[in-house]
This record gives sequence, C-alpha cells and structure tokens, in this order.
Amino acid sequence: MSNEIVLEVRNATKRFGPVLALDSINLTARRGEVLALLGDNGAGKSTLIKCISGVHQFDAGEIVLDGIMSPIKSPADARSAGIETVYQDLALFDNLTPAQNFYAGRELSGPRWLPMGLRFLNTREMDRRTADVLDRLKVVLPKRDATVALMSGGQRQAVAVARASVFARKVVILDEPTAALGLRESRKVLDLVAQLRDEGNAVILITHNMEHVTELASRAMVLRQGRKVGEIVPTKSNQQELVSMIVGAATADQFVQPDRAG
Amino acid sequence: MGETLTEFASREGTQTPAAAREGATPLALWLKLLSAGPIVILVILIAVLSLVSPPFLTPRNISNILAQTAVIAVVAMGQHLVILTRGIDLSVGANLALATVMGALCYKATGSGELTILAMLASGAVVGAINGSVYVFGRLPHPFVITLATLSIAKGLALQLADGRAMPGMPEVITFIGGDSVLGMPVSFFVVATVAGLILLMAKRLVWGRWTYAVGGKPEAAVRMGIPVRGVLISTYVIAGLCAGVGAVILAGRTDAGSPLFGNLLELDTIAAVIIGGASFLGGRGHIGHALIGAVMIGVIRNALNLLNVGIFFQLIAIGVVIVIAVEADVLRNHLESRVRTLRAARLA
Repeated sequence: MSNEIVLEVRNATKRFGPVLALDSINLTARRGEVLALLGDNGAGKSTLIKCISGVHQFDAGEIVLDGIMSPIKSPADARSAGIETVYQDLALFDNLTPAQNFYAGRELSGPRWLPMGLRFLNTREMDRRTADVLDRLKVVLPKRDATVALMSGGQRQAVAVARASVFARKVVILDEPTAALGLRESRKVLDLVAQLRDEGNAVILITHNMEHVTELASRAMVLRQGRKVGEIVPTKSNQQELVSMIVGAATADQFVQPDRAG
Repeated sequence: MGETLTEFASREGTQTPAAAREGATPLALWLKLLSAGPIVILVILIAVLSLVSPPFLTPRNISNILAQTAVIAVVAMGQHLVILTRGIDLSVGANLALATVMGALCYKATGSGELTILAMLASGAVVGAINGSVYVFGRLPHPFVITLATLSIAKGLALQLADGRAMPGMPEVITFIGGDSVLGMPVSFFVVATVAGLILLMAKRLVWGRWTYAVGGKPEAAVRMGIPVRGVLISTYVIAGLCAGVGAVILAGRTDAGSPLFGNLLELDTIAAVIIGGASFLGGRGHIGHALIGAVMIGVIRNALNLLNVGIFFQLIAIGVVIVIAVEADVLRNHLESRVRTLRAARLA
C-alpha cells in the first residue's frame, strides 16, 4: 500500500464575519490511511471539510492534490478532482432509489453532444453498476429498486458510503457516519470505511467516538476554536490525552503542541 | 476483518427478508392502498354515478367531460411539475387569460392562425419565465408571492389590453383544436394526450426529469450533488407557463374568443387536480398520471353535480372537501413511511 500524500491543505483560513472559523490550518491526507478529524462542536471540523468538498471556499490558504495546486470552487470541482463527501445529513434523496441516488448529478446518459439535462438516461447501466458496487461492499438492502425513504438509518448510511466509494479516486470525507446508528449498523459502516481505505483512498473521518478513532485512524488531528491544537497517532493508551486536547483541559499540552504539529 | 464482514453479511442477509415479511406487511399494504387510492376512488365514483344518473355513461357525455376537462388537465400537468419541485404556481389562470388576449390581438393584427397559436404559447412561456427567474434570482423563500404578483399583473394587463371585454373571433385552426372532434373524440383530448406523452418522456427518460425529482426530494442535497438547481426550477415554471399557453389555445378555440375573464380559479382547479390525483404537496413525488386522474376527477364531479342538478356553489364546496381528504391522505402516507422506517431500524439494530 503506497502511503503517498494525496491531499494537502496549507495555511487554510476562513472567516464568517467577525468569527475566525479556521486559523491557518495545515492538513495532510495519505492514500490507504484514515485521518481522524476531532474537535468539540464549533471547533471548525465541518467548516474545514466543507471547504475541501467545495461547499465553502477558504479565504486564504491552498489545497494541493497530488502535488498540484487545485482551487476548489464548487462541489462539482471537488468531485471531479476525486474527492467524495458523505455528509452528516446524508444528502440522500428519499424519493429516489439507491441507483438513482448513486448517480444523482452525474447520470450516465447520452448522446453526448446534447447538453446534460436533455440527454437520455442510461438506466440499465446505472442499475447494473450500482448492483455490482452493493455486492462488492456486501451492502444488504431489503429491495434495491425501492426508494431509500423506507430504509433504516444504517442502510441509508451504507448507501451513502457506497455512493462515495464509487466515485472517489483520491479522498473520501465522512462526517460522523455512525452518529445515530445502533451498534450493529455502526459496525457495518466502519467496515465499509476500512474497505474504502484498503482500496487506496485517503479517508478523512469526523467522529466523536474514541473507540472508532483508535480502531481505524492512523493519525488523529484535533481542532479547537478554529485552531489545530495537535496531531497524534491514536492508541488505546492516549485516548485520554486526545479527549483532553478536544475539550481543552490539558492546558500544558495545549500550549506546547500547536506549533509542533503542522 | 474479512471474517466479521462475511459473517455480518450472512447474518443480516438471513434476517432482513424475514423482518420485512413479519413487520412491514400490514403497513406496506396500507401504503400500496393509499397510492392506488385516487384511481380506485375515480372508478368507484364513475360506477356509482352511472347507476344514479343514466345519462352519465353515454358516449356524448363522456366526450363532453373530456372536452371540459382538457383545459384543467393540460394546465394541471404544468402545475404538477412545479409542485414536484416543492413550488406552486398561482398565476396559471391569469396567465391563460392573458395568453388568449395576446392571441386575439395577434389574430387581429396578422390574421394568421399559426402566429396566433405561437403568440399564446410565447405569452404563457414568458410569464412562466418571469415567475421562475424572479423566484430563483430574487432569492425568494417560496414562489407563492411572485406567482401571486404575476397573477395580478397578468390579469391587469389582460383587462387593460382587451379593454375589459371578451374579444370574439379566433382562426379556424384554433376553433378546430378547441371545439371539433375527430374519431368521436374531442381534438383537445389528443392535444392533452400529446402533452402528457411529452412530459412523461421528459420526466422519466431525460436527465432533466431525474434532476427535477432530485430537486423536489431534497433541494440542499441537489446543490451538493452539483445539479443545476436554478435552471431546473426555472424550467419547471416555463413549462407550467407553456402549458397555460396550450390551455389558452384550447379554451379560446372552444369559445371562439379571447377574454381577460378566462381562467378564474384555474389555479385552484389545477392545484386541486394534482393533489387529489395523489402527488405529494411536499414535493418530490408524483407523476403525470396524478395530474390527469385529478383533472378527470374534478371534471367528473362537476359534470355529475350538473347532471344531478346540484348548484355551482355546492360544486366549489365539494371540491374543497375532496382537497382536504387528499392532503390528509398524503400526510398519512408520510406518517406510515416513517413508521416502516423505524420498524426496520429496530429490527436490524
């Protein structure tokens, strides 16, 4: 497994009015590696990933993909650059089937000389490829041609993660993929995350669950109030340290670590 | 890791179908019944009416119903697309009235039937484009207000241009479309069928249709998935306006006139048709058949109450009551679906 750096964020800064949401953040993500992004509510995690996935733009700082400066100005930019995001609220369409969800906004269609909206859908091919992916990832659904409205939380999350896995060529970002899931369903989603990693993606995982961090992540990066307060290799023994960094209780560490990391 | 995965999959694989069979069946049955509801009710309605009133099920009366329903049906199909994207178009009636007046003026000026049809369609599309553009680029939270405004503007403009009176005289093409019959069916029926076929094709086979459903299903997600939401929204209002233009051609043909007084309460009829037919008022769900079934149901109710000598005032009340029932059915459906969802989650957790 090559551990080359695929995504680098340098000196990223983002303001919302008077609020400094991100303050010169540096981040690196490598292929075949899970990077956990930790922090309390409002620490800037979501802002950071929204900027990487094109929903927001950094005020200052740069995004480097495979060594090339890549300005990401829209979600479409991010996706065509090979970055897929699984949002906390899933961004699934309840009224569409898994296959229709997979290809929403990038439908297989033709003829190519027509503008996208006027092309004819290649429904059979989209259904077939979706079925292949669901098989490969061993995602079990009650009915594959039914809308996702009737699926359980775990099944919906599995569909969302599977969708990301189809199109990601470089980076997969997951925003709290196991929040609101039961134990068994969480397990299934974590296995999917591991599979994405093993397929050579750089995975960025936002979570509040320290068990999941130690199990999956090669590195954990902690944000607090828009600043990066540390980056460590998470193990069973330093979980407490991570928690302290997140809530800001470990004052000594907090003031020593910021400059060292990055 | 591989082991846990396969083990997990097999365990879940054996449980899921069983769980689905046990728990969801009665609920799923109710859901099926609800989605079949409108057409079942329509069939029952027709059966009962043909027993109560013998003239109801005669070819002549059926042809009559179809002709009377044509305008509502064609405009309701446009309304359906707008409602599909969580919107509403209150201006369709005024839009239609303005289109007939524009057509009458065009006919007076040019004497050309084709140009007159074109003028009506263009007038409808322009009002639709204004609705869509102001809604999207004016960043309005909901299209209610802008379409209410264009209702007033189009109505006022039509009254102004026609000096408040009907303008009799339409070219032969238009009176043929609106008033004649072919093969025992009103020509307008074939117009409705053609428009329905076109919209069905666009909604089910084109990428545009998929996007329309996606925008209606979850607008924020559509933005994130890179779907051109603004363009999709505007296009639905333009098509709704075009449909009002087609309705204008039919109505002007049937009455051999253009009039600023046409289309009163047409917004009510078309919205009612879409909802009664079974499309979701919450967006994202419905197809062209819903608009058509709803339109026919309104036509049948009107016609039947006429045959039974029930006054026009009561017709309004009856249709209002039916709307309430239809909307409640939609709410019930959403409630049942969330029940199914939680049940499944509980069984798999």
